[in-house]
Amino acid sequence: MSPTDRLRPAVSSPLPRSAAPRTKIEVQGLDFFYGDKQVLFDLHMAIPEHRVTALIGPSGCGKSTFLRTLNRMNEIIEGARMRGRVLLDGQDIYDRSVDVVELRRRVGMVFQRSNPFPKSIFDNVAYGPRVHGERDRTRLAEIVERSLRRAALWDEVAERLDDSAMNLSGGQQQRLCIARALATDPEVLLMDEPASALDPKATAAIEDLIYELKENYTIVIVTHNMQQAARVSDRTAFFYEGRLVEYGETEQVFTRPRNRRTEDYVTGRFG
Amino acid sequence: MNGGMRRGARRAAERIAIWGLRGLVYLLLGAAAYVLGDLIWHGAGALSWEFLTAEPVDGGVRGGIFPAIVGTLWLVLGTAAVALPVGMAAAVYLSEYAREGRLTSWIRVAIVTLAGVPSVVFGLFGLGLFVIFFGFGASVLAGSLTLALLILPVIIVASEEALRAVPQSLREGSLALGATPWQTIWYNVLPCALPGMLTGSILGIARAAGETAPILFTAAAFYLPELPGSVFDQVMALPYHLYILATQHPDPAARPMQYGTALVLVGLVLGLNAFAILWRNRFRRRYRL
Repeated sequence: MSPTDRLRPAVSSPLPRSAAPRTKIEVQGLDFFYGDKQVLFDLHMAIPEHRVTALIGPSGCGKSTFLRTLNRMNEIIEGARMRGRVLLDGQDIYDRSVDVVELRRRVGMVFQRSNPFPKSIFDNVAYGPRVHGERDRTRLAEIVERSLRRAALWDEVAERLDDSAMNLSGGQQQRLCIARALATDPEVLLMDEPASALDPKATAAIEDLIYELKENYTIVIVTHNMQQAARVSDRTAFFYEGRLVEYGETEQVFTRPRNRRTEDYVTGRFG
Repeated sequence: MNGGMRRGARRAAERIAIWGLRGLVYLLLGAAAYVLGDLIWHGAGALSWEFLTAEPVDGGVRGGIFPAIVGTLWLVLGTAAVALPVGMAAAVYLSEYAREGRLTSWIRVAIVTLAGVPSVVFGLFGLGLFVIFFGFGASVLAGSLTLALLILPVIIVASEEALRAVPQSLREGSLALGATPWQTIWYNVLPCALPGMLTGSILGIARAAGETAPILFTAAAFYLPELPGSVFDQVMALPYHLYILATQHPDPAARPMQYGTALVLVGLVLGLNAFAILWRNRFRRRYRL
């Protein structure tokens, strides 16, 4: 019995499965280019609130690029260009009136390789609130504790918040990065293969955490791990060569895929 | 059989390569040790409390070199005060903000060109621009500005390298939390890069401390027993004093003074370099990069 199995039944979803969840993010006609090379083709996708949506597909299929269009992280790459709309709560995040700083506060991100700042554990988690103007020590301490608790890391680091984050183990570092993302009180959490560099035990801890977090957050996770997608997600999107091939309830995508390529991929025939 | 021979030949080649490289390193160490040893052998006798704290007498044949030490320190501090902010700011702009394009490639060509200009040309340029055109006269200010120009390329290149060594993931992590590019640089990139930036910069400044040609026309006085009161005053400087002692004094009594001056100058430069390296090591341990 893995830790994942033990935790599952104890956590209840805030919404019954049958209730149709509200759409949090809606992508309409998204094309994406690196220079002259088009990497995403006419994507349409509605991502439900307080659910885990998994993006799967072979390397280079565009799933990470797609994830990064959801918080405009692609903008920092030179030569990147896009068409189409990404609506967050009905508002186009690429609209001129949208402040990218505020957008990224609302849409947090956890990267493939944990990237703690070379600062103390406390300063890592307090980084987001600080750059958004929070200066009060007491408030910051509260935020840090709450975020670390939510990321299931508090008990392990409570006694050494002033230690360098670089001294933590790989799994702890990744949970620290999740805590850091939670500290700005986001509504959406984007995760780019958050467990790919971790051992099975640390991976299980992250998966449990994702399961708990969806109660309060909308989560979009990129993974190359089929079992992981099946375990943690409610909905699964299969990307292939820059196109959204299939998107539906995770159970349906894995057990009764409508598309032949999806079936080949989820059954391990290619990828 | 054949393979064994080939292995033997390979091993011989390996041994020759290692010993060849090792020999070159020893040659280098030997040259450095010879210079330093010669300076200590001839110059240590001249070192005394009086030599370090007294004014020169008889054009430097007797007395000490205190004004030259102070003058060089003023020039070093002045150079650092000008070159560090400008050079680091330029490096931050080039590495963090500038998009690769025609303008940035021209800026890079300019930096490389600047690095290739002989120091005496900087001296004459400083004379024309700072001493005469801006009317600073021969002064700490004019000399520092000239030296700053000379070492700007070193500082920019070293700082840019240190900035590029900061992992991209730290920038992304910060931006993804909603930090602005400037907040990302200020709170995250610079603290990581600063030790490397400063180390490269201090090495550049140490080089400026030993330069003669740029201060020849812009700052250095042949003989000036008074210490500078402001940056608009002329100063004595160790490299120039050394040049004078070595070339203008047939008196054999000037030789020990000359070696002593050289020893102090080399000690100052080595001290700056050692400080830079120790400092870098301390920061490396702190950040574990």
